[in-house]
Amino acid sequence: MRKVLLPTIIIVSALLILARLFYLQIVDESLKLKSDNNAIKINYEYPERGYIYDRNDKLIVANQPSYDIMVTPKDVKNIDTLELCKLLNITKVDFLRIVEKARVYSPRLPSVFLPQLNKREYAAFQEKQRKFQGFEIVKRSLRDYQTHAGSNIFGFITQVNDKIIQDNSYYRSGDLIGRQGVEQEYENVLRGVKGVKYRQRDKFNKDIGSYKEGKFDTIAVQGEDIKLTIDIALQEYGEELMLNKRGGIVAIEPSTGEILALVTAPSYDPSTLVGRERSRNYTKLYNDSIAKPLFDRALLGEFPPGSPFKILTGLVALQEGVIDEQTTFYCNHGFSYGRGRFMRCHGSGPHQLLNGISQSCNTYFAQAFMKTIDKYKSPSAAVDIWSNHIKSFGLGAFMGYDLPTGKRGLIPSSKIYERIYPNGGWRSTTIISNSIGQGEVLMTPIQLANMMAAVANEGHYFTPHIVKKIKDHSIDKKFTTKHQTTVDKHYFKPVIEGLFAVYNGGTANSLRIEGIDICGKTGTAENYSKINGKRTQLTDHSIFVAFAPKDNPKIAIAVLVENGYYGARNAGPIASLMIEKYLKGTISRKDLEVKIYSNDLQKEYAKYISGQPFGINGR
Amino acid sequence: MKNQSTRNNIDWMVVTLYIILVAMGWLNIYSASLPLEETSIFDLSQIYGKQLLFILISIPLIIVILSIDGKFFEKFSSIIFIVALLSLAGLFVFGKEIKGQTNWYSFGSFSLQPAEFAKFATALALSKYMGNVQVNLSIPKFQYQALGIIFLPVMLIAPHDPGSALIFSSLTLVLYREGLPAWYLWTGFIAIIVFICSLLFEPLYIVLAALVITILLYFRSRPMNRNIVLSSIVFVLVTAFTFSVDYVFESVFQQHHRDRFNILLGKEVDMKGIGYNINQSKIAVGSGGWTGKGFLEGTQTKGGFVPEQHTDYIFTTVGEEWGFAGSIVVIALFIALILRILYLAERQKTKFSRVYGYCVASILFIHFFINTAMVLGLFPTVGVPLPMFSYGGSGLLSFTILIFIFVKMDANKVNEW
Repeated sequence: MRKVLLPTIIIVSALLILARLFYLQIVDESLKLKSDNNAIKINYEYPERGYIYDRNDKLIVANQPSYDIMVTPKDVKNIDTLELCKLLNITKVDFLRIVEKARVYSPRLPSVFLPQLNKREYAAFQEKQRKFQGFEIVKRSLRDYQTHAGSNIFGFITQVNDKIIQDNSYYRSGDLIGRQGVEQEYENVLRGVKGVKYRQRDKFNKDIGSYKEGKFDTIAVQGEDIKLTIDIALQEYGEELMLNKRGGIVAIEPSTGEILALVTAPSYDPSTLVGRERSRNYTKLYNDSIAKPLFDRALLGEFPPGSPFKILTGLVALQEGVIDEQTTFYCNHGFSYGRGRFMRCHGSGPHQLLNGISQSCNTYFAQAFMKTIDKYKSPSAAVDIWSNHIKSFGLGAFMGYDLPTGKRGLIPSSKIYERIYPNGGWRSTTIISNSIGQGEVLMTPIQLANMMAAVANEGHYFTPHIVKKIKDHSIDKKFTTKHQTTVDKHYFKPVIEGLFAVYNGGTANSLRIEGIDICGKTGTAENYSKINGKRTQLTDHSIFVAFAPKDNPKIAIAVLVENGYYGARNAGPIASLMIEKYLKGTISRKDLEVKIYSNDLQKEYAKYISGQPFGINGR
Repeated sequence: MKNQSTRNNIDWMVVTLYIILVAMGWLNIYSASLPLEETSIFDLSQIYGKQLLFILISIPLIIVILSIDGKFFEKFSSIIFIVALLSLAGLFVFGKEIKGQTNWYSFGSFSLQPAEFAKFATALALSKYMGNVQVNLSIPKFQYQALGIIFLPVMLIAPHDPGSALIFSSLTLVLYREGLPAWYLWTGFIAIIVFICSLLFEPLYIVLAALVITILLYFRSRPMNRNIVLSSIVFVLVTAFTFSVDYVFESVFQQHHRDRFNILLGKEVDMKGIGYNINQSKIAVGSGGWTGKGFLEGTQTKGGFVPEQHTDYIFTTVGEEWGFAGSIVVIALFIALILRILYLAERQKTKFSRVYGYCVASILFIHFFINTAMVLGLFPTVGVPLPMFSYGGSGLLSFTILIFIFVKMDANKVNEW
């Protein structure tokens, strides 16, 4: 018995030790993590963000270095807080607040302590960096814009917020990410991939070499350069023309769907959203709830298209066979329809398709529309057929372009009218306003431009896109796929002749440019706004769509100037100037240019918020 | 001629296990002390270089021990013991303080830890005493004398090295094998339980629990065995002990002693300060997983996060770099060595060598157990090295002497008869 005690104790003890080992080494996973936290420090190497060029290879967005001070709260030891605060010109309260916030994020991961130092601050801090354990400088690159235009196209870069860090494991506190525009859409291409270096540390936090001979390290991958479809000179010119106005310009190359210019007004210089001022400037822009400079009207503004929609009304009527080139409608400053209702028109006389378009005759297109709908027994079936024709021009739906924002617009189908008139009883005359682009239809400027591109191509279009080339890759196939409209090619000929006549004796006669055959269409869209809860009519939106040259078109354009009155007053000249600028590079119609520059609509906009009664449309 | 017979009778299993453990120990010290820059393995300015030197020194030492006449140790055990006691006492006067403990004699660049050598000296003395045919541990007089041999060095060591003092107490187990009444062990066992409980709970609860248990035991036992006086005395002793633990803990213990217990009992959470050691130690072992991070690949080891890793915490390197698999192997080797020595001890023809064998096994075991338990966070931090593994010349040489004296005795047994 006495011989057994010691061996028993030995074996029991050994089993106890083994059980404990099993628990620590196999069961308790947390210790492995703690070990990594202890000994492995991850250093990131940030690649330079890709440059952005315009379609003519002009550099428009480059980079500038920027330095962030990062803090790793766990490593902050024995530092002279006062000296640090003085050096960086912050208060002790700031210091404590930032460090505490960083601690909440993670005690062992670096958080931004002070972002985007200027050169002087950087130099001052770098000199004394060794005195401040736990603080380090991280070099990043910020954007350096070579243009004052295009902020809505580029978007901007900003530090990732907590939500992004949570959702996407790539990003760490202090990392930069593209927001809005091309920066957001092509974030993965532009940013490249940051390199990761695992370094081993000893207990003094001293670097003692790479971890596992760098087996897990990765090299930073450079961000790739992007070539945009934008012609930056045209973009800049468009933004200048839109000064003191609100609205948008979209220019597209019909043969490719490439967006040549995407102007929204008012806009801002992209460099205001760079650096430490970014946040303050952004807030300022964000809070401007009246002019809404951050609201990209070219992509997001849904407007009644007005008269340019007549192009589609005519095309669909031709396709449906309810009219031909010779079909004549009589207009007597309008016409009566339904039960004693009357649609006004500015002209009079018998109209065929050609001068129906060139004179923008409401009567003509209202009648053509009625014939289209009345062709079918049921207005529902008719509207759906009509609606599908219209939608085949890329309308009433997201277009699928490579920018992160957009609106569907609205092309009504029978469903909408069945909802509005649940007991039926609606027919062609009920929805007749759509024929002249008022009614229910809504379009964004880019949809208008795309419509014009489809007309210029005589029946097909390519999805508009903003990126022409990513370094050596070709662009997404969906941008080189032809979309056919449901209107046959030969129906476009007479309509294009009508659009040409707009410039030659029609509503845009005064906007002719020597040597360029332009096809266009004016638009004047009635619009309403709620002022003090009352639906109030405002001055019409000035709209213009065009393409040029007539043969082998190089540019299709849509211009919308909010409350710019009739089409030929603001939007028309802008479209003509843009076309000339793009096709010729110089402006011959200086008179037109001066007129547009001096056309300040701020007074018009101010009227609506003044609280005083006001007149519209020049009265 | 004599050497020839000795060689034939040597228990090669013990020798092989010893060699494997020493080799493994050195590999781990090498890993734990390898500097960043290139060095030679014989670099004497490095810890692993010094340890290699100690290993080389132990080879002639082993040869000498195996060559000495088997009777030598028995004859000279008293003198060796007295020298050891004197050297321990001398620490109070000439001792050199290293890391807060006055455990060393310093001779120029190298220092000696007499407590290490006192281990085999005490083992020899105890064996010699027990070898006396007149000694009968059922008689109190002999009990006191035997315990006296054990606790004399304890008295001298305990003030500056409580860990080593614990080691000597383990020799009580040897006395039990030789007939020490069981109640000594029970007393010790109950004392440990009460001690831990009184640190964890309020004294009043323990006294109440003790009262209930005493009464239950009293009425559960057969009426003829009931002894109201003995029961009362046990209860009173437990009560007194409980309160004295409280007193000792709060008043006699120094703060760092208290901290060590508090960490273990989960009362302290300051992982930067006093809890750092044990926390880092657990992290190192725990991060090893099934197969470990690989030789020289331990991040905790390389980063030097575990303090004293090459000495008392050398097992963390095993755990981190060799994983659970490697740890099992090391533990198995230790247990094999200890059980083999116990087996050989039982085989001895003389009481002297049997008791000595038991002492060797007990000393090795208590080192192994306290050290691993401490590294794994099951035991308070005490300065107990892992035999053959922990860095230190005094330790390695004294374990070598301890083991090989027994190997010699075992090899000699035929001749003696």
